Amino acid sequence: MDSVLTLQTVLSTFDATLRVSTPLILCAMAGLFSERSGIIDISLEGKMLSAAFAAGTLAAVTGSPWVALGGAIVVSVLLGLVHGFACITHRGDQVVSGLAINVLASGLTIVLGIAWFSQGGQTPALASESRFMPLQLPFAETLKGIPGIGPFYESVISGHNLLVYVALLAVPITWWVVYKTRFGLRLRAVGENPLAVDTAGISVSRLRFSAVMIAGALCGIAGAYLAIAQNAAFAREMTAGQGYIALAAMIFGKWRPLPAMLACLMFGFLDAVSIRLQGIELPIVGEVPVQLIQALPYILTVVLLAGFIGRAVAPKAIGVPFSKER
Amino acid sequence: MHEQQITGEGNSLPLAIELKKICKRFGQVQANRDIDLQVQRGTIHGIVGENGAGKSTLMSILYGFYQADSGEILINGQPATIKNSRDAIDAGIGMVHQHFMLVDTFTVLENVLLGAEQSASLDKSEANALEVLEHLSAEYQLSVPLKSITAELPVGQQQRTEILKALYRNAEILILDEPTGVLTPQEADQLFRVLKALKERGVTIILITHKLREIMDITDNVSVLRLGEIVSTHRTADTSTAELAELMVGRKLETQHFHKVDTADGESGIAVNNITVVDDRGLTRLDDVSFEVKRGEIVGIAGVAGNGQSTLLEVLAGIQSPNKGQFVINGHIVDASAPLGPREMREIGVQHVPEDRLRLGLIKSFTAAESSVLGYQNRKVFNWRFFLNIKSIRAACVKLMQAFDVRPPDPKLKSSSFSGGNQQKLILARELDKAPSVLLVGQPTRGVDIGAIELIHQKIVDMRDANCAILLVSVELDEIMTLSDRILVMFEGRIVGTVKGSEADKTTLGLMMANAMDTAA
Amino acid sequence: MNTSDIELPAWVEVVLIPVLNILMALFFAGLIILAIGENPVEAVAIMINGAFGYDEAIGYTLYYTTNFIFTGLAVAIAFHASLFNIGGEGQAYIGGLGVGLTFLLLDKYLPAIILIPIGIIAAGLFGALWALIPAWLQAYRGSHIVITTIMFNFIASSLMVYLLVNVLIKPGSMSPETREFDPSGWLPFMHEILAVVGIEVTRTPLNLSFILALICCVLVWAYVWKTRWGYALRTAGQSEAAAVYAGIKPKRIVIITMCISGALAGFVAVNEIMGVHHRLLLNYTAGYGFTGIAVALMGRNHPVGIIMASLLFGVLYQGGAELAFEVPKITREMVVAIQGLIILFSGALALMLRPLIVRLWLAIKPSPTLTQHG
Repeated sequence: MDSVLTLQTVLSTFDATLRVSTPLILCAMAGLFSERSGIIDISLEGKMLSAAFAAGTLAAVTGSPWVALGGAIVVSVLLGLVHGFACITHRGDQVVSGLAINVLASGLTIVLGIAWFSQGGQTPALASESRFMPLQLPFAETLKGIPGIGPFYESVISGHNLLVYVALLAVPITWWVVYKTRFGLRLRAVGENPLAVDTAGISVSRLRFSAVMIAGALCGIAGAYLAIAQNAAFAREMTAGQGYIALAAMIFGKWRPLPAMLACLMFGFLDAVSIRLQGIELPIVGEVPVQLIQALPYILTVVLLAGFIGRAVAPKAIGVPFSKER
Repeated sequence: MHEQQITGEGNSLPLAIELKKICKRFGQVQANRDIDLQVQRGTIHGIVGENGAGKSTLMSILYGFYQADSGEILINGQPATIKNSRDAIDAGIGMVHQHFMLVDTFTVLENVLLGAEQSASLDKSEANALEVLEHLSAEYQLSVPLKSITAELPVGQQQRTEILKALYRNAEILILDEPTGVLTPQEADQLFRVLKALKERGVTIILITHKLREIMDITDNVSVLRLGEIVSTHRTADTSTAELAELMVGRKLETQHFHKVDTADGESGIAVNNITVVDDRGLTRLDDVSFEVKRGEIVGIAGVAGNGQSTLLEVLAGIQSPNKGQFVINGHIVDASAPLGPREMREIGVQHVPEDRLRLGLIKSFTAAESSVLGYQNRKVFNWRFFLNIKSIRAACVKLMQAFDVRPPDPKLKSSSFSGGNQQKLILARELDKAPSVLLVGQPTRGVDIGAIELIHQKIVDMRDANCAILLVSVELDEIMTLSDRILVMFEGRIVGTVKGSEADKTTLGLMMANAMDTAA
Repeated sequence: MNTSDIELPAWVEVVLIPVLNILMALFFAGLIILAIGENPVEAVAIMINGAFGYDEAIGYTLYYTTNFIFTGLAVAIAFHASLFNIGGEGQAYIGGLGVGLTFLLLDKYLPAIILIPIGIIAAGLFGALWALIPAWLQAYRGSHIVITTIMFNFIASSLMVYLLVNVLIKPGSMSPETREFDPSGWLPFMHEILAVVGIEVTRTPLNLSFILALICCVLVWAYVWKTRWGYALRTAGQSEAAAVYAGIKPKRIVIITMCISGALAGFVAVNEIMGVHHRLLLNYTAGYGFTGIAVALMGRNHPVGIIMASLLFGVLYQGGAELAFEVPKITREMVVAIQGLIILFSGALALMLRPLIVRLWLAIKPSPTLTQHG
């Protein structure tokens, strides 16, 4: 037991939580923008994967993490536009379109990866100057000595790469945009009643396209994080279902930014401890299978959706293509 | 006001709207044909017509919801291109749709703001708007609680929100599409007071309705639409309800006359005892309702739409079960503890022609033959072992089509390819063919052409004469009065009055529907 | 112009538009091959030869086709009840658990004639059970079936890893799989069956479950279009309110349909576990469940279309393997990318060309055919 619960392990678990939660938070915010506008987005996974591949490729070719980040965002936004073209312009099924993007990304990243780099789908390993490296926040060393808050600040808050902080900032910004701006008002309206938006003289398509593009940009950052910040290269299928976990977290947070972030942190925490709990006997429950912890985000989301813990009510117009025709 | 000239060269008042040769077609249906319309500034202009006459299409074109195929729109004398709602709003047009264009989860204030925010910051926009809105509500007696969630407000207040929305956007022309369909008479009166106040301040109002009484009460001028064309424009003062009605239907209204059964002495078909229904949201839909329908009589339920008639039909058809009370239908006792489903109801001889034929009565993508067995798909005659007997289904469908003159009599045609009247005849045929001893009929002639109406009415009366107990629900008072031997009036889920069919008069029924008998007395 | 109400002749709707959609998908696939510096025409030639060129290739192609028919039918039948079952992958996986558990318990004691039907039933039953939970949650708790079935794919995957690593693993083995089942539970291979009647073909994984797949096509067709239960299913799929009016219980339809759908997906285990691997192992579903979605969309949810679409995917899988062997730069994952393109063009963008084609149709056919009768 001692080995599990020392201060050091607790702090490093929180630290790991933040690291694994970062792409979840970014994707959950992405999903939130899209779904609040009435467009179901199960393609978070595919956009993130494509963006990770773009980032890994561009960082390897240009050596610049910024070019890589930009490229990742562009690729992901383009996929968002494909989603929009199918669901908004041609009123296609949103789930089908999202699935298409996921499957396409899954195949294409490997095909192109092998064709271009011949490393079994991996992009070349990156030197640290082509990546986003950990940043030491001011006073981390100085404050380290203060009991309680000091070590927490030094080892949990400080020492992450830029994109982790971007993810954490994305949450209050999303909240502010959704609830405090004109764009947010229209975004929420178009997800509830697009006809009301149309008759108020606002273009439903333009609003929804903006939403899927924002979603694309956020997934792009998440993908770049995976390939050039958290890791030093793109690896095949490196998103490993995190896009779906983020979707689950967003639903778990009932389509609201702060609860969605908390859900991401909770799922990230589960991921972080699952590695630590492997082979360890816990009191009462005994050894918890690591697979159970890994499946817990999905199980919890199913339980939530079934209304056993509160009610998650989706935006009313979600999944329904907008049509003025009668 | 009454001295205005409506047409001709010598117009005294400038025109707010002028439409020239507007045409619009949907697929093969010509919804609007060469529409010419002039609306004078500061007047209330009524547009009447039957369902499907093209009223809503015309106004949707004016509001930029659809584009006209050809024709010209002039606003205040200037040619205007209205490609979308934005253009309409910019041209000073506001519209209150039949189905409100409100976001349920928003506050009234947010709904008013949507699309007319004055700043990128919501807080700032709200602060600006509050002042303007308080001023507007006071000026036009449009009090609405601005901070309330829209979905929690009564319908009348939601409608006022819509009007506020238009006024907040400085609308000088206000279009209202069937505004009183969902309102109580009191709410309607209140609405008319608001409209008069708006008119006095120079707002031009277009009122679309199929209720002639409203036209006579409040409009200055009135245009009649029939089959997509304007057939006349009058000063309201120069016309009469009878004349308008005749113009609407295009021929002298030959009201059908059926003999009335004053005291049916048959056995009981439906006996409802103290039924109460509370819906999921906790609203009481039926409140302690009791009545009886005997074999050989038609009992009509009159009332403004949404006062519990639909729930009553669904309960008796087995689609919903009552929370309290019980009813005896064809000798079977039904209550919350012993509900009967729609299937069982059919089996005991209770047939149901549903109010909403496209949502309930048939499946649009099915062939006519498939739709003609909806509800009876498990019957032995239509099955052979595990399989549907397509041959017998088609043969039965052809028989129904012949008996009820369904055109074209092709059982392989998709249900959606038939006109409203023919769809309705097919449904009626399907239900009447089962020789019901209890028949529930909802809105039998909604959206049905004149020719079909007469046939449908005749068939319903024939059923009565064949000793069937018939419960008829319709929002068309004329239909209720034509067919019913006894009329029950529903208001807010209760039965507030009973009148013999032979003694019914419109005024009394109207007062009852408004639940205003006491105050009027 | 609103073109969605205008009726086109059946051959345009059922043949021309779907074929054009697939051609668009294949066109983009060709662009990808061009982008990596290979010749798409040559690639197609290698693929077709790799899929049909010799009897072994045909055997492999049809073996893949079998899986796609099962999962395609699973998705299609649910579609008719307006349910989107994305959980085929998990249901197929759990179907294998059904086979594995019954065979581990019974294969030593029962003859093939009893064991094989039990295995088939177990595969279907377990697949159905894994679909039943999302179905129940949708019908009675209001959860969205798309989301729940996605979640259930992941849960199935974790569950199977746990069971195979910790519980069902062959004692003393390092790799997470069960012991080999007794041959009495093996489905006969096609080359074995053909050998009995004197036809010698090369050994391939193609086995008797191909026939089961074809039988399922007929059964699904008859069920959906020719029985009162199928009538109820389609009614509920078109309008829940109309179903209630007609005395049909939509909740029951959701449950029954999803169970049939799950059972069909579970039959993948019949092909894979009983037919080929003869043991339960990790990840044997290899994305067949997801491919079923592409197959159903492409086959327009009709068994005939599904057989053709499954065949096309069989060609892509088998020919794609051959292609990857011949042209190392084009890897097997190319098939996954094509699958994505087909889902996009035959599914999400299925109606993209329609307005254009309607306009063309009206232009060629100036006399307006009346669709509104009255």
